[in-house]
Amino acid sequence: MLEVVIWIALLCCSLSMLGLIYRVIKGPSTADRVIALDSIGVNLIAITALFSVANKSTAFLDIILLIGILAFIGTVAFAKYLERGEIIENEPNR
Amino acid sequence: MSYLHLAIVSPLLFAIFIPFFHNGFRRVHTGWFALPLPILLFIYFLSFLPETMSQKTVMASLEWIPSLGMNFTAKVDGLGLLFALLISGIGALVILYSIYYLAKDKERLNHFYVYLLLFMGAMLGVVLSDNLIVMYAFWELTSFSSFLLIGYWYERERSRYGAQKSMLITVFGGLAMLGGIILLYVMTGTFSMTEIILSANQIFNHALFIPALLCILLGAFTKSAQFPFYIWLPDAMEAPTPVSAYLHSATMVKAGIYLVARFTPVFGESSVWFLLVGGVGLLTLIWGSFFAVKQTDLKAILAFSTVSQLGLIMSLLGVGAAALHFEALDDNIFTIAIMAAIFHLINHATFKGSLFMAAGIVDHETGTRDIRNLGGLIHLMPITFTVSLIGAFSMAGIPPFNGFLSKEMFFTAMIQVTEMNIFNLETWGILFPVLAWIASIFTFVYSMIFIFKTFTGKFQPEKLAKKPHEAPIGMLISPLILVSLVIIFGFFPNLLSNSLIAPAMAAILPNLLGAGDEFDVHIYFWHGPNLELLMTLGVMVLGYILFKTYPKWGNIYKRIPEGLSLNRLYDGLLKGSQTGSNKLMNRYMTGSIRSYLLYIFGFFIILLLGVLLRENAFKVDTSNVSDIGIYELVLVLFIAVGSISILFVKSRMTSIILLGSVGYTVSLFYVLFRAPDLALTQLVIETISVSLFLLCFYHLPKLRKLETRMRFRLTNAVISIGVGAVVTVIALSAHSNKLFDSISQYYVENTYVEAAGKNMVNVILVDFRGFDTLFEITVLAIASLGIFGMIKLKNRGKEG
Repeated sequence: MLEVVIWIALLCCSLSMLGLIYRVIKGPSTADRVIALDSIGVNLIAITALFSVANKSTAFLDIILLIGILAFIGTVAFAKYLERGEIIENEPNR
Repeated sequence: MSYLHLAIVSPLLFAIFIPFFHNGFRRVHTGWFALPLPILLFIYFLSFLPETMSQKTVMASLEWIPSLGMNFTAKVDGLGLLFALLISGIGALVILYSIYYLAKDKERLNHFYVYLLLFMGAMLGVVLSDNLIVMYAFWELTSFSSFLLIGYWYERERSRYGAQKSMLITVFGGLAMLGGIILLYVMTGTFSMTEIILSANQIFNHALFIPALLCILLGAFTKSAQFPFYIWLPDAMEAPTPVSAYLHSATMVKAGIYLVARFTPVFGESSVWFLLVGGVGLLTLIWGSFFAVKQTDLKAILAFSTVSQLGLIMSLLGVGAAALHFEALDDNIFTIAIMAAIFHLINHATFKGSLFMAAGIVDHETGTRDIRNLGGLIHLMPITFTVSLIGAFSMAGIPPFNGFLSKEMFFTAMIQVTEMNIFNLETWGILFPVLAWIASIFTFVYSMIFIFKTFTGKFQPEKLAKKPHEAPIGMLISPLILVSLVIIFGFFPNLLSNSLIAPAMAAILPNLLGAGDEFDVHIYFWHGPNLELLMTLGVMVLGYILFKTYPKWGNIYKRIPEGLSLNRLYDGLLKGSQTGSNKLMNRYMTGSIRSYLLYIFGFFIILLLGVLLRENAFKVDTSNVSDIGIYELVLVLFIAVGSISILFVKSRMTSIILLGSVGYTVSLFYVLFRAPDLALTQLVIETISVSLFLLCFYHLPKLRKLETRMRFRLTNAVISIGVGAVVTVIALSAHSNKLFDSISQYYVENTYVEAAGKNMVNVILVDFRGFDTLFEITVLAIASLGIFGMIKLKNRGKEG
């Protein structure tokens, strides 16, 4: 029973990934792409978690956390880049 | 180290001290310090005469690289001693002459005598070495020191050109000779000349025999200025006249003669040897004598004359090699060619040396060497005239002098060619005496031109740079000694026969030496009215007519030689190879990294695919492939879609994001294939590299920001698809050809037991194979320091 549920869930995630990749490729503005990328990250979290359950393993739980952090940092960096044109600003008095 | 070795290298050692003498004793001409050495050497070498006359050879060995069979073995036999005496004797005379010829305060005398002594030592080494590798080393040293001497006045362009030309040609031949020596070593297993001669019969039918012969002959022909390699010799006349007299008439150009004589017992029985040495010698003889008539420069006449006389000696050696075919010595009349060759070798050294010195005196005292400006010097320079007259008459082969005797023997030998019943000589052997006779006529003509255009006729003081007068006595001593030798050898040729010629013949024809005294009979036999005498008379009559009518027929030179010029061929080759290689370089070295990558990947495909096809190694074996699940398929689809769309997107930003998504999917693959550590690292690294890409693209210059899609190029597409296909094929084949099991079972069993860890990847990284990790850390450190350096030092450079 659980197998089937996990299988269906993975399928859904994959479909949403496909849709997101379509958006990354197509996306009219960069902001669309960044949002799609962020969502890919969230999907990756879900897929990793489902996969861990399917394999009855706890070895990949670190990765879930890491993807969460990275997706956040990455999105913030992109956002700042789009806003300011640079990611790490120089101190004004240097 | 015996005295003999010391004698051979003494000029090289002594050359070290020449600059000290030069700088320490400014008021004394440096040549006086160099003079005693060749005199001492000459006396020392004379002391070997009794031993070589009794057919003994003196051997002394000194270990150099014994493990490779290279030992400095000095060997004194008749041939080596003859050359050693020539080198040291004429060397002494030339140094004496140069003391008066080169001005003390204007010339760089320390350079001159260092080069000259280097050359003398090298030449002694060539003729007295038994080991071929040592001989080759000295051989190259003669090329180098000759290069230095020709380019002695290096501020003149012609000198540099001549030096370069002679260097290129003689070193080319020298390298060919090295190849021949190595081939001989392959065949016989020794570098020792003596042992090679002993095994000459065994190698006669060896497959490498002919290549070795050709290589050795190439060395000999380039050094001895044979056709078509004679072209460096006339250009080497830019050297100071003592150098021309010493190197380019008496010694260095005879190194090739020495080589041919030395190798006659090895190669002499081959018909190729007879044809090449005899034929090329004869061709050089007639070619050189024909073009010598055309020259207007005294030294150029002598240069072409040297070429022609060397051809004469060479053809005699070639004909003499035929003597090896006739076992019985009693009726072996063909040895006379070898005897004539040696005799003429000595004669040529004497008269050509004196003629060069005379030409140098004329140049020194009048300021020109052009015969069109000279004339009527007979009253002003009577001694020089006498010297030139005797030298030139000897060269032309006129009776009282030694050239006559060797010319007679030359004709005898050439006539005998027609009587030989080998190599089809019955039919066209007649060419030998006829060509030799014609060449002798031209020899007569240019000898007369040399002497009479210079010393008789109208005196033209207005064309001369200096007011001419007789040379100082010091300058005349050497040529006078040489012409006295010309006369002495002319009247008493038997002084030489037993002492020098017979031992040298014994060295050249060692296998015929059943009864050693037999050679002497021919040497005494030089009189009698016969065909040779008639030929000489014909030469003199016809030569005289041709000399008198030269203004009438001299025009033919204006038509013929330009087309036949080998110098033009040489210049064209040199220039062509330069422009050709330039063009080639410019063609493929475009400076564009894109084309280099094309070459690299193109060769990658050709080599790997070629090897796969040749070895028939392509194989697909699906027996140990695991099942493919739906997850893998989906992920592959993601990666494929992401990678392919990178090629087609327009904006760079999009391609970065696509690259990032591919990277993240790869990390998902790691998850799928159960590699949590890899997945962690991949995620972090992907994030960082994506942000680095962003950083780079932000800084792209404004002008280029015009964003376009990648252009399509067919070659690039073909090559990239080819690389992908080749790698795929190789991966499939490699997987299908798994020969051994993995060693990972050891790690599975021992990770906890041996290394006290449960994470196998990490235990491998820091315990089992920690060295790799150490240096990967080093790589990261270097990269970060490099980036820091690039950013910081660039700014500092701007401020400074």
